[in-house]
Amino acid sequence: MNESILWQETLPGSSTWSHILKRGTALRLTAIDDAPNVGALLLNADNLSERLSLPDSLKAQHTARLTTGVALYSDMGRILCSITDDTVGWHDPLGGCSDEVLVTKKYGLDTYQQSRNAWHQNGLDGFLIELAKYGLGARDLMMNINFFSKVKILEDGSMHFVPGNAVGGGAVEIRAEMNTLVILNSCQHPMDPTNDYAQKRVGLTLKQVPVPGPEDVCRTFSPENTRGFIITERYFL
Amino acid sequence: MNLRDLEVMPETTLQVSPRLVEDAVFDQVVLAGDSFVHTIDRGQFVRIVDLQGNQAVDTLFYNAHNYADRYSAQDTIRAQANVYLTTGTKLISTLRHVLLTIVADTCGRHDTLGGACSAESNMVRYDIAKRSMHACRQSFLKGALHWSATTGHELNKFDLTANVNFFMNVPVMPTGQLSFEDGVSDAGKYVELRAEMDTLMIISNCPQLNNPCNAYNPTPVRILIWDAPVS
Repeated sequence: MNESILWQETLPGSSTWSHILKRGTALRLTAIDDAPNVGALLLNADNLSERLSLPDSLKAQHTARLTTGVALYSDMGRILCSITDDTVGWHDPLGGCSDEVLVTKKYGLDTYQQSRNAWHQNGLDGFLIELAKYGLGARDLMMNINFFSKVKILEDGSMHFVPGNAVGGGAVEIRAEMNTLVILNSCQHPMDPTNDYAQKRVGLTLKQVPVPGPEDVCRTFSPENTRGFIITERYFL
Repeated sequence: MNLRDLEVMPETTLQVSPRLVEDAVFDQVVLAGDSFVHTIDRGQFVRIVDLQGNQAVDTLFYNAHNYADRYSAQDTIRAQANVYLTTGTKLISTLRHVLLTIVADTCGRHDTLGGACSAESNMVRYDIAKRSMHACRQSFLKGALHWSATTGHELNKFDLTANVNFFMNVPVMPTGQLSFEDGVSDAGKYVELRAEMDTLMIISNCPQLNNPCNAYNPTPVRILIWDAPVS
């Protein structure tokens, strides 16, 4: 089966989006504007108690840098999605998401009444609202990914946001290895030092993709991932 | 205490506690492979002692009055702009409350990125045949389910999130590489926290037999609690 595009849409800035990404399909995120940020939560759509575990993912692959080849593991040792292509080079698993206090302190209060859809929103509320649509809540929050952002860790453990990690045209693609509830939020990264509240757009492309073969870049990334794919494939037997 | 009061943490320093063991109101040894669930009241101090050295103590914290409001690794490290936990670190919850503050630490740093071992992650990390070996999340679940059954407060798998690994050394390199190094802890080293809110603590004293960081030898830890000083 070759790749075929199912549909495309634009995710505006400070927006939340969700979709159950079916096994055998992929989601490609393409920066339309420079320096976007897309927070992401992943859950097994067939059993919502199983969700993305970034600690398990980082530990199994000995990396805190998300890029091509990296698998995004659930807390059950299975791969929800894997990163099959990345022209950006680094996506952040550490910074988390913004909240109302942080956004108000950094950018000031701006209400919907005042500014309509340009109002100041935050990542935490976006995630909580979208989780609620699936009967989920604060108990179901997990460490989130920040696609397109980079936080560098120095030897002393200090965390430093790297501006300009992604520019317009940069893209990252995740392939669903399981039916995955994907929740996205495009609010600014909580460590982004810019003082301007900016709404950066990202293009979303949903497509059908081939089943990962023996030489797949994610399967062969490490012996851990080879086992992770076997365990995931057994789930569907 | 509110998140707005936070300042960027000071440089890592070893800090000894002034509290004396004989003044503790609670003193219990937790064996490797066991779980331990206990409420720490606001103002109380809890100390975890690494009795024999380089033992990983996987720990989760919850607002004792709302378990949905629980320890958040990302919010904690972002608030102090540092991935390692030590004296001065404020443990932040998902709803941005300060649950506890680390007030003493004779080890120097603790991990919160490596998570807790599980039967399933052991299959990925080591070998698919390792599934039946004991693991932290077995202990977390046992402790949570027992707590739920005895108190009537629901606590289960939905509540198991990214934890603290006291005494674990998981360096992150500027390249993004993450490794499990030999511990920086030693026999008798401890970490002590003050509860800023009534906090439920769940510990799994890690039973991992596949990782050289504890010399393949999980060992007991000691939990001490002191009441808030009378002012």
